[in-house]
Amino acid sequence: MIRRLPHVDHVGIEERAAWLGKRSIKTSAKAEGIRLAVSMVDLTTLEGQDTPGKVRQLSAKAVCPAPDMPEIPSVAAVCVYPALVPTVHAALEGSGVKTAAVSTGFPAGQTSLSIKLRETEETVAAGADEIDMVISREAFLAGDDARVMEEIVRVKEACGEAHLKVIIETAELGSYDHVRHASMLAMEAGADFIKTSTGKAASGATPGVTLVMLEAIRDYVERTGRPVGMKAAGGVSTSKAALHRLVLVKETLGDDWLTPDRFRIGASSLLNDLLMQYAKTKDGRYGRSEDYSKE
Amino acid sequence: MAATDTPRTRITWDYAPAPESPDHVRLRDSYGLFIGGAFVDPRDGQRVPSINPATEEPVAEVAFGGAQDVAAAVEAARAAQPRWAALPGRERAKYVFRIARLIQERARELAIVESLDGGKPIRESRDVDIPLAAAHFFHYAGWADKLRYGVAGRETAPYGVVGQVVPWNFPLLMAAWKLAPALACGNTSVLKPAETTPLTALLLAEICQEAELPDGVVNIVPGDGTTGAAVVRSDVDKVAFTGSTAVGKDIQAALAGRGVGLTLELGGKSANVIFEDAALDQAVEGIVQGIFFNQGHVCCAGSRLLIQESVADEVTAKLWDRMRLLRVGDPLDKNTDVGAINSAEQLERIEALVEAGVEEGAVRRSVACDLPERGWWFAPTIFTEVAPAHRIAVEEIFGPVVSVLTFRTQAEAIENANNSRYGLAAGIWTDKGSKAFEVARALKAGVIWQNTYNKFDPTAAFGGYKESGFGREGGAAGLRPYLRVS
Repeated sequence: MIRRLPHVDHVGIEERAAWLGKRSIKTSAKAEGIRLAVSMVDLTTLEGQDTPGKVRQLSAKAVCPAPDMPEIPSVAAVCVYPALVPTVHAALEGSGVKTAAVSTGFPAGQTSLSIKLRETEETVAAGADEIDMVISREAFLAGDDARVMEEIVRVKEACGEAHLKVIIETAELGSYDHVRHASMLAMEAGADFIKTSTGKAASGATPGVTLVMLEAIRDYVERTGRPVGMKAAGGVSTSKAALHRLVLVKETLGDDWLTPDRFRIGASSLLNDLLMQYAKTKDGRYGRSEDYSKE
Repeated sequence: MAATDTPRTRITWDYAPAPESPDHVRLRDSYGLFIGGAFVDPRDGQRVPSINPATEEPVAEVAFGGAQDVAAAVEAARAAQPRWAALPGRERAKYVFRIARLIQERARELAIVESLDGGKPIRESRDVDIPLAAAHFFHYAGWADKLRYGVAGRETAPYGVVGQVVPWNFPLLMAAWKLAPALACGNTSVLKPAETTPLTALLLAEICQEAELPDGVVNIVPGDGTTGAAVVRSDVDKVAFTGSTAVGKDIQAALAGRGVGLTLELGGKSANVIFEDAALDQAVEGIVQGIFFNQGHVCCAGSRLLIQESVADEVTAKLWDRMRLLRVGDPLDKNTDVGAINSAEQLERIEALVEAGVEEGAVRRSVACDLPERGWWFAPTIFTEVAPAHRIAVEEIFGPVVSVLTFRTQAEAIENANNSRYGLAAGIWTDKGSKAFEVARALKAGVIWQNTYNKFDPTAAFGGYKESGFGREGGAAGLRPYLRVS
C-alpha cells in the first residue's frame, strides 16, 4: 500500500473541535446526553493491583451504576487485563454488559506476533466479547505500514466472533496526519472500532484527535459502506468533556453513531461525574462525592 | 458481537433550545439623536421603529436625523475638535481605553441587542462582534501618543471633523473600526449608523457618556440614505464610508473637487481558492466560515468558490454534507449557526439574484430546513455548474449563497480569481507553503487568508482594490486616513 498521507491542518481541526465544544447542552439535552454517555462507557481498570474482588465490584457498578436512579442505563462494557476476564465474564453473565479485554502486549505492544495471537485467542476463549489491541507504533513510525496492517488482520482472525478495537495510541504518533493515516490502516485491515489511546500515554482522546478519527471513519464509510465504531479513551473524565465528544460525533458522523454499538468512551473516573451531574439536572444541586460508590 | 441478552432502549439525543435571555437588557423605549453629548429630539427628522428581523416586531423606537440635525451634529463636532486635538495623546488614549473597558463590561447586553436588532446568531455577536469592537478601541488607545511612529516619523495633524457612515452587517464593530482611529488621531466625529441596525451605536453613545468623553467629540445621528447624503454634503473635513459600491461611487462624485478626504470600503465578490493539495476537511470548514458567517452579510465573504477540478466533486459533496448540519433559526439561541436575513429588502435582493442564477442554468441546492414563519430567512444555498459569466459569479449577493466554479491549473485559478471588478479579499487553501505565497502575490485583493477565512484582528489592515474601495482600516495603516501628514 502506497503511503499517501492525507493532509490535516492542525490549526483548522483544533479550531473546529474547540468550536463544537461551545454547543450549549442544557436542561433535557444535558440529562439525555449524560444517560447516553453512561450507556457508552467502557468501565475500565488496568492496574497491576487489580484483583478478582476489585473487578467484581466494578462489574456490579457497570450493570447498575445508580440503584437510586433506575433510568440510568448499564454501561457498555467492563474493560480489564486478560487474567481477569473469567471473573468479569462470570460477574456480567446475563446483564447485557460486554466483557472487554486489552491484548497484544498492551500497552507498548513490543512483543512477537505469535505471542499477540496466542494472547488474543486465550482471552477470547476465556469469555471476552471484545478485544482492545494496540498497533505496533514501532512499525508505524518506521514506515512499515504493511506490518501494522498484517498484525491487525491476524489479530482480527484470532478474535473469531469477538469484536476488535484497534488502539492507535495517538500521543505517540506525532501528528494529525499520522493519526488519520493510522486510523485508515486499521479500518482497511478490518478493525470493528478504532480507539485513540491506551490511557497510559501523556495524552488521550483530545477533541482534535477525536475529530480527526471521526472524519477518517466518515470518509472510510463513505467509500466502503462498512460502518466502523470509535472509542475515545484517555482524558475524558468529566461530563462536560464527554458531552463535547458526543457533539463531535453528532456533527461529524450523525445520529446513527450515537449508540454504544458505534461509539464508546473508555474511562474509569468519568462514570461518577456523569452520575453526579445527572443528579444535579434532577434536583438542581450537586451531591457529595461520598454519595457515589468508589470501586 | 455476541448476542445481547437484555435489549437496550435506544437513547435519542438532540440539543434542547438554549435561548440567551434578553431580560437584563436595559433598552429605552425611544432614543433621540446623540448630539453634543446628550440625546436630543430631532429638528427635521422623525421617529422610526427599529425592527427585529427574526420576528418583525419593533425592538425600540429611534430618531432619524434630517439635514438640520446633521448640520447641528457637525457644528457640535466642530466646536469640540480644537480642544480634543489639543489634548496630549496619552490623555485621548485614556478616553479611548475607557470606551473599550465599558464595551467589555456591557458585552453581554451589547451582544443581545446586536442579535435582536440585526438578526445575527448570538454566538457570533458574543464571540466575534463585541470582543473585536473592544479590541479595536484598545488597539487605537495604544496609538494615540505614538502617531508619528505610525507614519515613519513625519509630522501629523488630525483631519478635523469626520463624517462616518457605517453598514448594517456589523453595526457596533464597524462603528468601532471608524471611531477608534478617528478619536485616537484627534478628530471628532459624526457617525451615521445604518437604517436597520442603529441600536448598538446608541448604546455606544451611552458608553461615551459613561466614559465622560467631552461633549461633541462623538455625535451619533441614525438615519437612512437621505441622512447619509446629508452627512456627505455637510461641512465635514473627511468622509469614511463602508457600504455598497453604488453608494460609494455617488459619494466620490459628490465630494469631487471639494478638498474633503475620503476612504471607501465597498462590496466584494471574493474568491476562495481550493487547490487539490489542501487539507480538504479544513478547507470545507473554511468555505462554510467564509460564506455562511453572518448569513453571508459580509463584504469580504468567500462567495466565489474556485475549486481545482480534480477535487471539485469531493469538496462539493463534503460541503453539501456540512451545510446540512447548519442550524438555521432563532438568533438568540446559543446553538444557532445561521440567523435571520437583516431586512425584507435584502431578502428580496438575495431571492432575485438566486432566481437569476437558476434562469442562467446553474444548479441550485438549498438546505431543507424549517424556517420560522415570521421574519426574513433564507436557507443556505449552493450553486454548482456556474460559469464565470453568470450574474451569481459576478455580482455581490450578500447572502448565504455560494457559487462554485472550477479551474484546472494554478495560472487559471489566479486569472479567474482576479477577473472581477472587485478586489476585497481572497482565500488560498493549499498544504504547500511556496504555492500559497506565490498565489498570494499574484492575487489583487486587499486581504488574503491562507488556510483560513474571515479572521479579523485590530492589528491587521483591511481594505480593498478596484471597486472594493480604497483606504485601510486596522493597524498602523488605519491611522493614515485620519491624519494629515506633512
